[in-house]
Amino acid sequence: MAHLHDETVQFLETKANDVRKSIINMLVEAKSGHSAGPLGMADIFTLFYFHILKHDPKNPEWEGRDRVILSNGHICPLLYAVMAHSGYFPVEELNTLRKFGSRLQGHPHREWLPGIETSSGPLGSGLSQAVGMAIADRMDKGRTSDKFFYCFLGDGELDCGQVWEAAMLGGKEKLHNLIGIIDRNNIQIDGFTEDIMPLESLVGKFESFGWHVIEADGHGFEAMDNAVSEAKAVFEKPTMIIARTIPGKGVDYMERKFEWHGKPPTVEEGKEALHQLRTLGGKIKGEHE
Amino acid sequence: MLNENQKLNPRLLEKDVEQAPIRFGYGEGLLKAGEENEKVVALCADLTDSTKTSTFSNKFPERFVQVGIGEQSMASVASGMAAMGKVPFIASYAMFSPGRNWEQIRTTICYNNSNVKIAGAHAGVSVGPDGGTHQAIEDIAIMRVIPRMTVVVPCDSVEAKKATYAAATTKGPFYLRFAREATPIVTTEESPFEVGKANLLRNPENPQVAIIACGSLVYNAIMAAEELAKEGIECSVLNNHTVKPMDKNSVVSVSKEAGAVVTVEEHQVMGGMGSAVAEILAKEVPTPMEFVGVQDLFGQSGEPNELVEEYGMGVKKIIEAVKRVLKRN
Repeated sequence: MAHLHDETVQFLETKANDVRKSIINMLVEAKSGHSAGPLGMADIFTLFYFHILKHDPKNPEWEGRDRVILSNGHICPLLYAVMAHSGYFPVEELNTLRKFGSRLQGHPHREWLPGIETSSGPLGSGLSQAVGMAIADRMDKGRTSDKFFYCFLGDGELDCGQVWEAAMLGGKEKLHNLIGIIDRNNIQIDGFTEDIMPLESLVGKFESFGWHVIEADGHGFEAMDNAVSEAKAVFEKPTMIIARTIPGKGVDYMERKFEWHGKPPTVEEGKEALHQLRTLGGKIKGEHE
Repeated sequence: MLNENQKLNPRLLEKDVEQAPIRFGYGEGLLKAGEENEKVVALCADLTDSTKTSTFSNKFPERFVQVGIGEQSMASVASGMAAMGKVPFIASYAMFSPGRNWEQIRTTICYNNSNVKIAGAHAGVSVGPDGGTHQAIEDIAIMRVIPRMTVVVPCDSVEAKKATYAAATTKGPFYLRFAREATPIVTTEESPFEVGKANLLRNPENPQVAIIACGSLVYNAIMAAEELAKEGIECSVLNNHTVKPMDKNSVVSVSKEAGAVVTVEEHQVMGGMGSAVAEILAKEVPTPMEFVGVQDLFGQSGEPNELVEEYGMGVKKIIEAVKRVLKRN
């Protein structure tokens, strides 16, 4: 098991907190958008954009980059926030989310913002696209290519049949260069996933489709980093990482509540959220309140 | 009064004119494109032979992806491959692709501006005995309504080969529509073909009606025009193979010259090629029109010719439509 240096973990924690604050600010300003998913996946995306990914924010078209395919496009406030904080565009631009003329469309649009690999929003299509990219790269570079295709999925979208069409093809083609990450936060718009449409056993499902499956704590930087390292070392199969996350993580009144799937905080709620994030949930004394 | 410049099949008007399924041209065009450009790849959803994807996949198995019966995923897989620089062609029956995977085509191909080519085989009632479930007669409508989509409906296998090759060498989403049955060969290798440029196949002096047709019914349109000429009614015939972007200049010019129009397509009259012609004419040069096509009905089992007659697209019905529109002019 690789060990993340304490400084690295501290750096990632700070970055993730900045990213969460940006998400709250963006959503308050936009007056619409999704809260729970972006906050819940903030640790993972921070880990990817500041530690795992091979990418160049100043040259988003760099051919050698890893590819991030965001299938559940509605958590794009998070994607935009980590992109801005890692240098793709100015952090101030985050305030334009969902506004007329903004590059930060309500759901991501590939053509509007460099660094977005595919437009998404309608659920269930991302894994197919990631499979296609991974197949194409293998046609060109063979099985020794070190480029990875990371597809982020929500757990709710696993209701879509298309995901399983893609899972079958990924298993059939033994795409070692394809790594899926499921945000297993157990909520979707109408309620808890196991009430709406039971998904378990997710491990069993993907294993039976020919995937290597890893379960990991989605808020543990080291756990997720280790999961990705393990996935990269699997040569005969694609890997699905089931990341257990808390929706709304970091803001107590949002945590675990499906009601916060698709709505933004009000100005007052936003202030409270920012206070909690500044003080890390009361663990440190608030500054400049 | 066939247009000599079109270099049509010299045996076109003979009873035993050569025939070939239009989809054969897809296989040939795909193979040609694949031989010239190694980025051309093909995907199929368990219909490799009947869509003629096999012409390509037999030669280039390493550039072929068999996705199984999963048309929705196939569209998005192709989008992903295009994002990596490939030129993917996806094929199935039109009923399933684009019939079943419309949203994936809209979002992951067109909204993404992805360089994917969609081949819909077995379109129209002429699919025959398989019956109404398998007869796509709505596909032109649902494809032409999506921004950025180019829609081409070739009239024979020779034109299908050219259209497929053109799709491979033109950037952007394409929908190519093919019929199943053996169809008379109207054009030749030498006939002009350009996406977005309709071909005037019949150009009599002083035509009274312009017949604007696409796909397998171009042949019927020509036969109807020949019959009508014997009765002293002269019709021009425009092969309007590119439904989108439509050749507005040609459509307006033949309509203006004749003063009356009949559109002919193996598709619902709502939303198809004829509707697209009407959208142009209503604005540019309002002209009396008749629409030959399926009149808001589903198909059924039967022999292809029987069904084309039953659903009002045979030569006699085209002749009747011409006479009806003449009365209104």
